[in-house]
Amino acid sequence: MTREEIIKKENIVYRKTPLFTDKPLSYCPGCGHGTVHRLILETIEEMGITSQTIGVAPVGCAVLAYEFMDIDMMQAAHGRAPALATAVKRLNPDQFVFTYQGDGDLAAIGTCETIHACNRGENFTMIFINNGIYGMTGGQMAPTTLPGMKSSTSPYGRDVKMMGNPLKITELIAQLPGTYFVTRQAVHTPAAVRKCKKAIRKAFENQKLDKGISFVEVVSNCNSGWKMTPVQANKWMEENMFPFYPLGDIKVPKE
Amino acid sequence: MQSAINKKQRTTNIELFNLKKMTEEIIIAGFGGQGVLSMGKILAYSGIMQNKEVSWMPSYGPEMRGGTANVTVIISDERISSPILTSYDTAIILNQQSMDKFEKSVKVGGCLIYDGNGITRHPERKDINIYRIDANDEAAKQGILKVFNMMVLGGYLKVKPIISSEFVRKGLEKSLPARHHDMIPENEKAVEIGKKIIKQIHAAN
Amino acid sequence: MKELRLMKGNEAIAEAAIRAGADGYFGYPITPQSEVLEYLMAQKPHERTGMVVLQAESEVAAINMVYGGASCGKKVMTSSSSPGISLKMEGISYMAGAELPGLIVNVTRGGPGLGTIQPSQSDYFQATKGGGHGDYRLIVLAPASVQETYDFVKLSFDLAFKYRNPVMILTDGIIGQMMEKVELGDQIPRSTREEIIKACPWATTGKTPDRQRSVITSLDLDSNKQEKHVLKLGAKYDKMEQDEVRFEKINCDDAEYIFVAFGSSARICQKSIEIGRAKGIKVGLIRPITLFPFPKKPIAEIANKVKGILTVEMNLGQMIEDVRLAVNGKVKVEHYGRTGGIIPTPEEVLIALEQKIIGG
Repeated sequence: MTREEIIKKENIVYRKTPLFTDKPLSYCPGCGHGTVHRLILETIEEMGITSQTIGVAPVGCAVLAYEFMDIDMMQAAHGRAPALATAVKRLNPDQFVFTYQGDGDLAAIGTCETIHACNRGENFTMIFINNGIYGMTGGQMAPTTLPGMKSSTSPYGRDVKMMGNPLKITELIAQLPGTYFVTRQAVHTPAAVRKCKKAIRKAFENQKLDKGISFVEVVSNCNSGWKMTPVQANKWMEENMFPFYPLGDIKVPKE
Repeated sequence: MQSAINKKQRTTNIELFNLKKMTEEIIIAGFGGQGVLSMGKILAYSGIMQNKEVSWMPSYGPEMRGGTANVTVIISDERISSPILTSYDTAIILNQQSMDKFEKSVKVGGCLIYDGNGITRHPERKDINIYRIDANDEAAKQGILKVFNMMVLGGYLKVKPIISSEFVRKGLEKSLPARHHDMIPENEKAVEIGKKIIKQIHAAN
Repeated sequence: MKELRLMKGNEAIAEAAIRAGADGYFGYPITPQSEVLEYLMAQKPHERTGMVVLQAESEVAAINMVYGGASCGKKVMTSSSSPGISLKMEGISYMAGAELPGLIVNVTRGGPGLGTIQPSQSDYFQATKGGGHGDYRLIVLAPASVQETYDFVKLSFDLAFKYRNPVMILTDGIIGQMMEKVELGDQIPRSTREEIIKACPWATTGKTPDRQRSVITSLDLDSNKQEKHVLKLGAKYDKMEQDEVRFEKINCDDAEYIFVAFGSSARICQKSIEIGRAKGIKVGLIRPITLFPFPKKPIAEIANKVKGILTVEMNLGQMIEDVRLAVNGKVKVEHYGRTGGIIPTPEEVLIALEQKIIGG
């Protein structure tokens, strides 16, 4: 069988999502960011809304998201993505607008912007990657770092008495009248990826309803920051992160 | 390169009126709630209607809340320089604190107009023209305290007829929100009463 | 006949924004500029032109909303007063880095810190020397009347889009709170989506198959590329210095002494000139209208002809540094100013001229 005979449409089992640029992802092997990027891009492609979509990238590991996503994007100052998206959506109510933020960005420095965009009931989609650590700056403690969890700024484990408690921001924003759909997902297994994709699709579809924020948290790993292999990291996540950040829908609109 | 706007400001009126160039610098001062700021605003708006240059500069900030209020109004045929002044052609004074503060700020030969209500120390200067208008008493007597400030304005316009009645009416129309336009006749009436009740009590030496 | 109104400087900013066809205003209350947002809300601009007006949760959020709107090629603005402008500096630096047009109005009050709510010009350095982090400049316009405040809103938007750079109107509590006659311009319609796509091909309007994706960012981790970008910004600032200098000269022709003052200080100096000339002191005024680009040339030229220059600023002496650079030692330059919200009187300005320049 020749190479040409193999490369046929019916033989395709996996392909590069067309909305990915040709730039290789800069994420560490095993990281969840690439998978979530792919799910967002697949959703945009499947909904046929490329020319109507505007994304907002954060500061953090995903700061260069715009280099990988072949759509119009802007890069926000640290934590400010929901403020940018507020204006983008209000000034372009027919566009699909999403933010993509990590835990430091969304739940520490950007808490104010997060809570107020959610509370005002802005009509865009927020994607929140929670890996319990600051990845880009080299593994410092995040607002979502678990009690006892080690990081470069909690080298002996997070002592909640000294360093405060981890913040369950997703549960917090679910209480606000301006959020419409709030869910917590993961992308560490094929089944989880499929569920997460459905949630992201719903979060984008909801923008047609003009009912408020649709918020998808993805509990993810950071094998580099956690100093583990990807397999170890996923196992550690299941055993430690999921009990504290249980997966599933937190706020579902009444149909 | 010069600012086009300012050139425009400078030449306004000269062709239109070709009169002796006039600039009138006024301070209006009293308690918050006496209508000091709105009197100034109506005067300034009337000035615009009569094609004058105007500025209206209030004291602002915490002192506005319940305490004294004052506003500097300048009406001129020419571009106005400083909107904030230390001496005035006319001071309109509506309480004792303002008398203490502004009597000394009237230019020599200038004009001081005051309402006697609540005044314990009357003006003492001899080098200025002093007028008294007991508008508060008159307005209370007639049950029109709301337009007390317009009575004072009327008194002022009697002394310094820089704006004609026609333009005062237009100024009122512009200053008052449409829902209060039914009050314009009452305001105009107050202006006329003010013109009648103002009395000169001292002529500048 | 054009429509004439008696307006506060703050109201003029708001009305001018609507009439200039602005797409969005994002603000946060702070004295002495709260009337901007209040006036806009009362005007129902969403009904008048479809303009979006939003009270943000903070100054930080407001400037980042401006960043978001500007990224889409929209005409957007914010306004605040000194402490709020400090908070906005992060966003302003990002806008300059990402080359975004936008208008920021600073109705200056006294500082540092919470300072006072009374007027001041102590944000000159912050406005003209960057303010936030990094190598950047804003075009800074300093109106001296309510009419100019009104006119500069449209001018600011025009300049912001011409250079893809944020523009600041640096005014103060005097001009913000004072009412003067304003001649209003006609309503300019807001740009349509098609017009924005044509005029701003760089904007994030949604990627269509006929073009590359638009990316708005100030980040480049490649130092060579980042340097190239900063040099490009530098060339833009040079062009502004060449083409956008605005100033006014008053009574300069026969002047032996010169005031240099901007904004409300320039108004006060005009009165000092009236008083001074009545006393036989030949004094004139150069009023910088653009604080960046600064009118270096006219100041350098007049320095050859006069005996001394007094800068009058409501601060400890900020613009004087630019004046001295322009004068380059040719003639004596001194500063007179008041701070903390005290407004200098025309008389004391004249005394300062007599003591520091004429007799000094």
